Amino acid sequence: MPFIPNSEVERKAMLEVIGKGSVEELFSDIPASRRFPPLKLPDGISELEVLKEIEALSAKNLGAGQAAWFLGAGAYNHFIPSIVPALASRGEFLTAYTPYQPEVSQGTLQAIFEYQSMAAELLGMAVVNASHYDGATALAEAILMAWKIDEARKRILLPADIHPEYKDVVKTYFSSFDVEIVEYKGAPETAPVDGLTACLVAAYPSFSGEIYPLEAGAKKAHDSGALFIVQADPIMCAILKSPGAQGADIVVAEGQCLGNSMNFGGPYLGMMGTTVKFMRKMPGRIVGEAKDHDGRRGFVLTLTAREQHIRREKAVSNICSNQGLVMLQACIYMAAMGSKGMEMVASLCNDKAHYAASRIAEIPGFKVVTKSFFKEFLVSTPKPAADIYAALVKKHIVPGLPLSRYDASRTKELLVCVTEMNTKADIDRLAAALKEVSA
Amino acid sequence: MSIDTKAKYAESHEFARLESGLVVVGISDHAQAELGDIVFIELPAVGKTIAKGQTFGTVESVKAASDLYMPVSGTIAAVNEALQADPALINKEPYAAGWMLKIQPSNIAELDALMSAQDYAKAIGEA
Repeated sequence: MPFIPNSEVERKAMLEVIGKGSVEELFSDIPASRRFPPLKLPDGISELEVLKEIEALSAKNLGAGQAAWFLGAGAYNHFIPSIVPALASRGEFLTAYTPYQPEVSQGTLQAIFEYQSMAAELLGMAVVNASHYDGATALAEAILMAWKIDEARKRILLPADIHPEYKDVVKTYFSSFDVEIVEYKGAPETAPVDGLTACLVAAYPSFSGEIYPLEAGAKKAHDSGALFIVQADPIMCAILKSPGAQGADIVVAEGQCLGNSMNFGGPYLGMMGTTVKFMRKMPGRIVGEAKDHDGRRGFVLTLTAREQHIRREKAVSNICSNQGLVMLQACIYMAAMGSKGMEMVASLCNDKAHYAASRIAEIPGFKVVTKSFFKEFLVSTPKPAADIYAALVKKHIVPGLPLSRYDASRTKELLVCVTEMNTKADIDRLAAALKEVSA
Repeated sequence: MSIDTKAKYAESHEFARLESGLVVVGISDHAQAELGDIVFIELPAVGKTIAKGQTFGTVESVKAASDLYMPVSGTIAAVNEALQADPALINKEPYAAGWMLKIQPSNIAELDALMSAQDYAKAIGEA
């Protein structure tokens, strides 16, 4: 189907209305020399040659599969069972755009409903939507939702120790709104919540891996009439008390870790869940279970009157999108793993991370800074972390993220992530290499 | 389409009826018919003061979500709690069991500026 829906006749009619003789005339403001610049492209090559060239380029990357990989910081290297891509790539599912018409899309709608149900259980929320672009935009949307519930409350409390890129996205979202973004350090209950606070945001865990219990923060927010928003690691929620069970009003998460590869940073999956009390304020699509007129179980979009296509300019959000295929992978992953499987993944991450931390702490000059952590922790290093990183990458060990990437003054800090993918041999290699490079 | 002759009407289809010092507010029969089956209503907290023309809540039907506007300024003296469990009351009896708010008006003269039942009937093409 051609995606230019108007015909030559219609184009001519439109040009007549605006008083232009041709489409080219519409572009007359662009200097003629710039309008259709000649592209100096080489001659075409064969498919075989293209493949060879692209493969040679691709071989320059150091992928997670070819290295001892301890890099996380928002993109996580977890195991993806083969059933996930095998089912997700079936023709019935693999479409560029998610079809929602209930009369033709029961399979898609059921998959979304099941994703929502499993994600709601994991995060401890009553309702989960489908979905947002990524964890960072889901967080910004959650804050927007909290603020729109009472626009007179203009204070947004953000942890200083949340992913710097999430912080940037939130600041960009709110750059033209009359709100005040205040950063706080440490546990959420220490944040300066007041009667003008729209929401208190907590990271579970923080960017440097610290796990703070959430109940006290939830209580403090609620005592002042503010909403409590938690940005969580979904894998960690499989073994720790869920944010919902600790009083969160909105939970957001990056869902890439659930059955999706790191994809060079995207496409990702923004997860968002809320309580029954606030479900009508939540942006995004929600699929509900229904009965057709013969009483058979079926699935339809529900609570759509909140949504942008009906509520237009009054909708909470006009830019949320369902990350259909990534969401589907997360759905199949959760179904394939089951709650026991996810608990095992989480336990493995936790155990291996703590083993790695104890090995690193033994090396002279290295100190584990994070006190209570799950799979990611901050290490202070005797030499600039960027130098250690460069030296270890040569040995095909990616030791973590040097924090100088986000803050030039934090030169001797390395954020290390350990998942079920890291073997004991990998961890021992990392410890040996760190010791060697800093000796 | 029924029109309560004892009430006054806003252009945004809310009715306002004076009852022992308080202004009872809801939406007209015409408005409920246009909206279709109402599935949810959000009302303000009792004690809140809202100016005329400002939104006091949202009504959601199977086909739309619409804001509700204060026909007169004042303080919310009561909200119809029965609507939370049965929002369809607004469809069934918009002027009686389907009432939404009772307002303690801050300027009762604002009531005079609203349309009479007769003018409202004309406005919606019923007269």
